[in-house]
Amino acid sequence: MSNILDSKIPEGNLNEKWTKYKSSVHLVNPANKRSLEIIVVGSGLAGSAAAASLAEMGYKVKCFCFQDSPRRAHSIAAQGGINAAKNYQNDGDSTYRLFYDTIKGGDYRAREGNVHRLAEVSSSIIDQCVAQGVPFAREYGGLLSNRSFGGTQVQRTFYAAGQTGQQLLLGAYSALERQVGMGQVKMYSRHEMLDVVTIDGKARGIIARDLVTGKLERHFGHAVLLCSGGYGNVFYLSTNAMGSNVTAAWKAHKRGAYMANPCYTQIHPTCIPRSGDHQSKLTLMSESLRNDGRIWVPAKKEDAEALRNGTLRPTQIKEEDRDYYLERRYPAFGNLVPRDVASRAAKERCDAGYGVNATGEAVYLDFFYNMTEKYGRTEATKKGIENPTAAQLKEFGAGVIKEKYGNLFDMYKQITGVDPYEEPMQIYPAVHYTMGGLWVDYNLMTTVPGLYALGEANFSDHGANRLGASALMQGLADGYFVIPYTIGDYLADEIRTKAISTDHPAFVATEKEVEDKIQKLLNIKGTKSVDHYHKRLGKIMWDKCGMARNAEGLKSAIAEIQQIKAEFWSNVRVPGEANEFNQELEKAGRVADFIELGELMCKDALERNESCGGHFREEYQTNEGEALRDDVNFAFVSAWENQEDGWKLHKEELKFENIKIAARSYK
Amino acid sequence: MKINLKVWRQKNNKAKGELKDYKVDHVSPDMSFLEMFDVLNEDLITKGDDPIAFDHDCREGICGSCSMHINGRPHGPLAGVTTCQLHMRSFKDGDTIVVEPWRAGAFPVTKDLSVDRTAFDRIIAAGGFISVNTGNAQDANNLPIGKEAADEAFMSAACIGCGACVAACKNASAMLFVSAKVSQLALLPQGQPEAKMRVMAMVNQMDAEGFGSCTNTGACSAECPKGIDLSNIARMNREFFSANLTGK
Repeated sequence: MSNILDSKIPEGNLNEKWTKYKSSVHLVNPANKRSLEIIVVGSGLAGSAAAASLAEMGYKVKCFCFQDSPRRAHSIAAQGGINAAKNYQNDGDSTYRLFYDTIKGGDYRAREGNVHRLAEVSSSIIDQCVAQGVPFAREYGGLLSNRSFGGTQVQRTFYAAGQTGQQLLLGAYSALERQVGMGQVKMYSRHEMLDVVTIDGKARGIIARDLVTGKLERHFGHAVLLCSGGYGNVFYLSTNAMGSNVTAAWKAHKRGAYMANPCYTQIHPTCIPRSGDHQSKLTLMSESLRNDGRIWVPAKKEDAEALRNGTLRPTQIKEEDRDYYLERRYPAFGNLVPRDVASRAAKERCDAGYGVNATGEAVYLDFFYNMTEKYGRTEATKKGIENPTAAQLKEFGAGVIKEKYGNLFDMYKQITGVDPYEEPMQIYPAVHYTMGGLWVDYNLMTTVPGLYALGEANFSDHGANRLGASALMQGLADGYFVIPYTIGDYLADEIRTKAISTDHPAFVATEKEVEDKIQKLLNIKGTKSVDHYHKRLGKIMWDKCGMARNAEGLKSAIAEIQQIKAEFWSNVRVPGEANEFNQELEKAGRVADFIELGELMCKDALERNESCGGHFREEYQTNEGEALRDDVNFAFVSAWENQEDGWKLHKEELKFENIKIAARSYK
Repeated sequence: MKINLKVWRQKNNKAKGELKDYKVDHVSPDMSFLEMFDVLNEDLITKGDDPIAFDHDCREGICGSCSMHINGRPHGPLAGVTTCQLHMRSFKDGDTIVVEPWRAGAFPVTKDLSVDRTAFDRIIAAGGFISVNTGNAQDANNLPIGKEAADEAFMSAACIGCGACVAACKNASAMLFVSAKVSQLALLPQGQPEAKMRVMAMVNQMDAEGFGSCTNTGACSAECPKGIDLSNIARMNREFFSANLTGK
């Protein structure tokens, strides 16, 4: 094991680590905070929350986002909810249970110390958001409502219809804008970070491009926080926003930050299946729908065939001819198994020939039973109707479903042209989230001093599989409640560092490198568009480093990606100029980084000779097709160092002192 | 399907713009409107032309980036959808479609179909928040809020800040956007302490940005992809007058 990777987990009992840390961490006095500058890259939940909280404490903050407004960061699209161990439902929830579910959900590949801290601060997040005016769903008594998500047996998910991410982000955004209005944060929208500037081994600033004028800018900071999200768009098609990219994290990696567990990708089970080659992105249907939707395929192959060629409708298939395969395989969790398990099960059925749409890659998510029997009947009883007709049950139930998931049902109908109140939804797994990211210690600092990574950009809390409604929790935990403490540990020693002039040779040299790279891209003047290469990369990644992987496929993927890289740099066509609003140039830089990342993801997947969470190596599975972990040889975090001649693997051993590491079963 | 397009092209904020004609063949009815633009841009790049700049990001109707004025209507012919959620099945083979950016003095054109909406951010910065520093909050359930008020606040909070309301209004008024935020916070008990300051500050900033006045035509709400109700404007007017009357 490498000794470079010191996770800096505090000593002591698990449930005292964070409390003790907070009382002993170095502080920066208010006068000194005013002369310390912090750069925050990204304005999603982690970025906005961090920028606002640090500014409230008195630090001088600069916040950057590539969108035209910080409110558009992709956290806005999160649908289902946010977890917190409030135990408002009196169903036995606790900090320990949230911690345990997260470690188990992550297939025992996350750090105990970090995850326990996450569970501890989860409650405060809900308090903070309510105080900001986030309109969470409520019961008639005026108290907060909860629902269930996958991988848990309690109801701990807080939500705002199917727009929870939007409401949480607007809360964080309003806190951020408040600080902008007070002059504590300077906001740089339509700016993209293109490199990190390091001086004497410490992160001291960034080079950013003003996307409207094309001008490169140098910005100094005593510390740099990357809150730039995940890299799911390496697959071209994903549920990520079109602009989501790895560039900020990748530039940091090139400057010395290790990349951890890059192969851990979350494939979300409930997305709208693709409709054709023109497809630019995939749309998620929230996991919360699995509260009320039952997933099935036909039990008979001939029915599946008839569905595929359109001679049969799903509503015509009798109950006994349906295979509710999640309920069959995993009776304890049923339709609420974690995402990786649900995705693989859908793939298994479709690969076996039971897929229900023309491509053969779709299963049903059916609300009819709960709509009529659960909600319809309750509503009828409330209305005093003793023997409701089928039509009444459906009408009453549809009203309840509409209130819970109305916007999702509308979105589904808008995209597919099919009304999900009448027919079950068709869904199929799609790339959704990346558990891997920049390696960080307990302080959220990368291997470059002064350079931090928060939210999806880091790797630390979800192990090999993230549970639903935990991304929002982690982003806000990092931004509101972790970094405000942990950054003091570093900045307390920086109070004597005066702001460094951006004329420093390191700034000049880094800017020159960025400028040269931009010119290089523009001067290739080849024949193929950026998207052409992105689509090719995405197909390789999906086929060979997607839901199922094997050594042979990964080896060939690495060779193919190297080939794409060579072609990209000799034949890509980037129209326009450097000194203007040039969206193709932005994309080109991002895709160039995705190509390099893709190779590392395959390398990481090839190195990890086991199956765990979202990483399923076909060679390592049980007789029943479940993931087969190897805790003797692979209970470690892979942290990749970028070197001149390739990557070097460092390992951080994972120690489980409070949880008994066990086979992960949801049966 | 074959589609004819007339698209606004403008190199930058200072340049003069014009409508240019384009033809897109092989349009599938299942394509989204923006995917049709992807196809067109791919064509333009291959031919060595400058692709059309337009704002877009999540492509699932929630980020508020996309902002095309289609045949004279913000986000096109359907009610309750953003441009990214509009599909080509809403058009006919051979149709000619005119596509322009949002038109408003307070939203200067950045390039082609992309405009600068930072005026909205400045309005929020002026007062669209509750002043609560991180760590100051009490337990969330210590403050019960009736379901009806919470639901109504949520309906107002559903605004995605796309600016369609401004683009739809003949006066380029931002009243619907501003009133949605004012209403959300006015409906909640947490928003009460600074309610008066908030509405004054936000309205003042809205005026300073150069948005027009409201003349109650209701075009904003009719074109809003999230169905933000006109009653928000009525509530903001009440809040504003009451703040004025009490001299805060």
